[in-house]
Amino acid sequence: MRFIVALILWALPQSIAAQTWEDQRLFNGGASGQPLRIISSTDTSLFAPIIERYVAQFPDTAVEYLVAGTADTDRIFRANPEAFDVVISSAMDLQFKAANDGLARQLPDISHPSWAQWRQSLFAFTSEPAAIVINRAAFAGHPIPRTRQELIEAMRARPDVFRGRVGTYDVRKSGLGYLFATQDARSSETYWRLMEVMGALDLRLYCCSGEMINDLSDGTIAVAYNVLGSYANARIESEDVIEVIFPSDFPTTMMRTAMVSAKTRRPEAATAFIQHIISLQYSGGRNAFPLPPLAPQINDVEWATIALEPALMTFLDRLKRRRFLAEWQDAVIQIR
Amino acid sequence: MKVDLHGSRSLRNRLMLALIGGAATLALLLFFAIRNYAAQIAQHTQDTILGASATSILDAAVVWNGAVEVDIPYASFSMLTTPMDDRVFYAIYQNDTFLSGYPELAIAPIAAPIGDRDNRFQTIRHQGQDMRVVTASRTMIGQDGRMQVRIALAQTQDALSGTLAQISRNAAIFGTGFFALAALLSFWATSTTIGQLKRLTHSVTRRGPQDLSPFKKPVPLEMLPLVRSLNSLMARLDHSLSQSEDFIAEAAHRVRTPLATVRSYAEATLQRVDKKENRDAMRAMMRAIDESSRAAGQLLDHAMITFRADHLERQDIDLVGLVDELVLRLTPIAEMKDLTLQLKSEGAVHYSGDPILIQNAVRNLIDNALKYSPADGVVTIHVSGDPRPKISVCDNGKGFPKDEVGALPTRFKRGSNSEGTIGSGLGLTIAMDVATAHGGNLQLSNQEKGGACALLLL
Repeated sequence: MRFIVALILWALPQSIAAQTWEDQRLFNGGASGQPLRIISSTDTSLFAPIIERYVAQFPDTAVEYLVAGTADTDRIFRANPEAFDVVISSAMDLQFKAANDGLARQLPDISHPSWAQWRQSLFAFTSEPAAIVINRAAFAGHPIPRTRQELIEAMRARPDVFRGRVGTYDVRKSGLGYLFATQDARSSETYWRLMEVMGALDLRLYCCSGEMINDLSDGTIAVAYNVLGSYANARIESEDVIEVIFPSDFPTTMMRTAMVSAKTRRPEAATAFIQHIISLQYSGGRNAFPLPPLAPQINDVEWATIALEPALMTFLDRLKRRRFLAEWQDAVIQIR
Repeated sequence: MKVDLHGSRSLRNRLMLALIGGAATLALLLFFAIRNYAAQIAQHTQDTILGASATSILDAAVVWNGAVEVDIPYASFSMLTTPMDDRVFYAIYQNDTFLSGYPELAIAPIAAPIGDRDNRFQTIRHQGQDMRVVTASRTMIGQDGRMQVRIALAQTQDALSGTLAQISRNAAIFGTGFFALAALLSFWATSTTIGQLKRLTHSVTRRGPQDLSPFKKPVPLEMLPLVRSLNSLMARLDHSLSQSEDFIAEAAHRVRTPLATVRSYAEATLQRVDKKENRDAMRAMMRAIDESSRAAGQLLDHAMITFRADHLERQDIDLVGLVDELVLRLTPIAEMKDLTLQLKSEGAVHYSGDPILIQNAVRNLIDNALKYSPADGVVTIHVSGDPRPKISVCDNGKGFPKDEVGALPTRFKRGSNSEGTIGSGLGLTIAMDVATAHGGNLQLSNQEKGGACALLLL
């Protein structure tokens, strides 16, 4: 409870003051007229090729791409829905609730499989599994863990190596972290044991994937839990330092979703943008679409994708969230 | 005497209209009944799921350190997944204090005290959409005593509308099919029913003019009274007809004999009187007696013909021989009037018919010809069998008045040029009746070079 109050007290002045963005870029600035405003939780570097292709197709439209964390994205959008045209986030639950609350515009003309969209208003366009990412140096001479259970055993076996060198999302701040944590907790009790073990090892908490991977690659931390595979994979190509593991016991897969604000001022351009992302993820290829495209649900045991259904609102319930955070803090912040 | 019957609305149309109208009403009823029933079931299904979801959420409520905690099960909302992605709203209250969910979801009905596990359903409008709301409550014991945890759970009805639209479509197809089938059946039923009437009508129409025998063919039960009264009507008609024919025959017979007596007396008297005016009076008297006796004879003939025509007895005869005999018999009468009878024929013409009737008919035709022929005239009788047997009697008199040719063969009808000629007006009627009885016809015409021609077709 105290944390919530603290969080609110911290967040309040942030929203009143002029918005500061993690990143902000204007594409096709030369175009006249109001730009298409996209608020997103995805790094600009991953989304830039997609937008560049869009403005190439619609040279009359400028695109302003604004990046914030998942929880901030939701908060900023809800506070001012008419200021944004397109909302993109990896926090499926927050996006779902926004659509359920009527903040998303229905786009009946977009054709998309029913499992990848909700109410023709929320459209999924990537399949991104949560991963355990390790620094290879810390596991030199030791077997690399393939499941959460093996990770627990590895950390228990060498607590001195891992103390202060394990990291995960701060679920209180990150919407995506909260989604992954709640889905993990729903799947197995192993999650709680893992959190307890990590908590005992002075767990480092991060707001975002990017920072976590940075710390991982420079050796500050040895293990990052529930990192987005897409972000980690972007790094692994250049560096041999880290390894991305998709836990084989119960992988959690998230779908990045996009929606058009119900109060958008540029409905045609926004709809065209959604259509653009969807068709690009089908046909794009790695260069045009750097994010992992939607994986058809071939094998739902191995790739348990979080479904777009009303149940996503369960853990957003005030009482439920309070209870979950209390439990999570009990597990993680026990020593501090 | 011809009565113009005005038909009121067709029985067939009335029957069709009633049956098809009934079918249409039934089809509509069916459509609405199915749709209504389906709507109830669909609504009931949604209610059941909503109720189960609300119950499972209430079940997850616990009192923890004096405060109510509700640990909503993941399945509670998961079970509300629909194919049309219906929106879900909820609000949880502790007594009247809002705990969690959507505070704007007004739950007025919650204010009414409701018992535990007593789910209430209603449809409200929220955020511009129709929603089904379930409200439920659960009583819990906390530190401060009893408290009520209440929940309102709302879901949009898009999937329900979709299902209903589909069911409505199917019900409409079903109803239309039912209607088409019923219309076909009613068409068939009507045709069958009307067919019976048509058959009766046909058998009435087909009857000969003299056939007054009762109908014996089986008819449907409902038509029995009609056929019975028809039969009884015909029996009465037959009876009164034969009675009057009998009467006429009897009367003619009774008159003829005294007339013959009177004529012979008159003839004898004529021989004895010398005074011119007395002789003239006697002659006029004899003429009148002749006319009366001839009329009586023809009436008798007619009665006889009517009887024989009803019970036609055909036998093989040679028409030429028959007519020749008749010509021989009539030649003296013709000669008295300075007329010549001429019979033309090409060999024997064999025919199966009633010789007495045919002879009678031809005699009447020759009589007529003799009567209307001028002195020194020739009456030509022509018998031929090709292509069908026919006998023509032609004279070289004045001919038939053109505008009366059609009406002449009716009873007691005499031509406008017949004044001064003895006749009853029955001669052509008798010939016509004989022809009809044999399935033939009597044709009257005038010859181009003058004179009348009567053609008896058999």
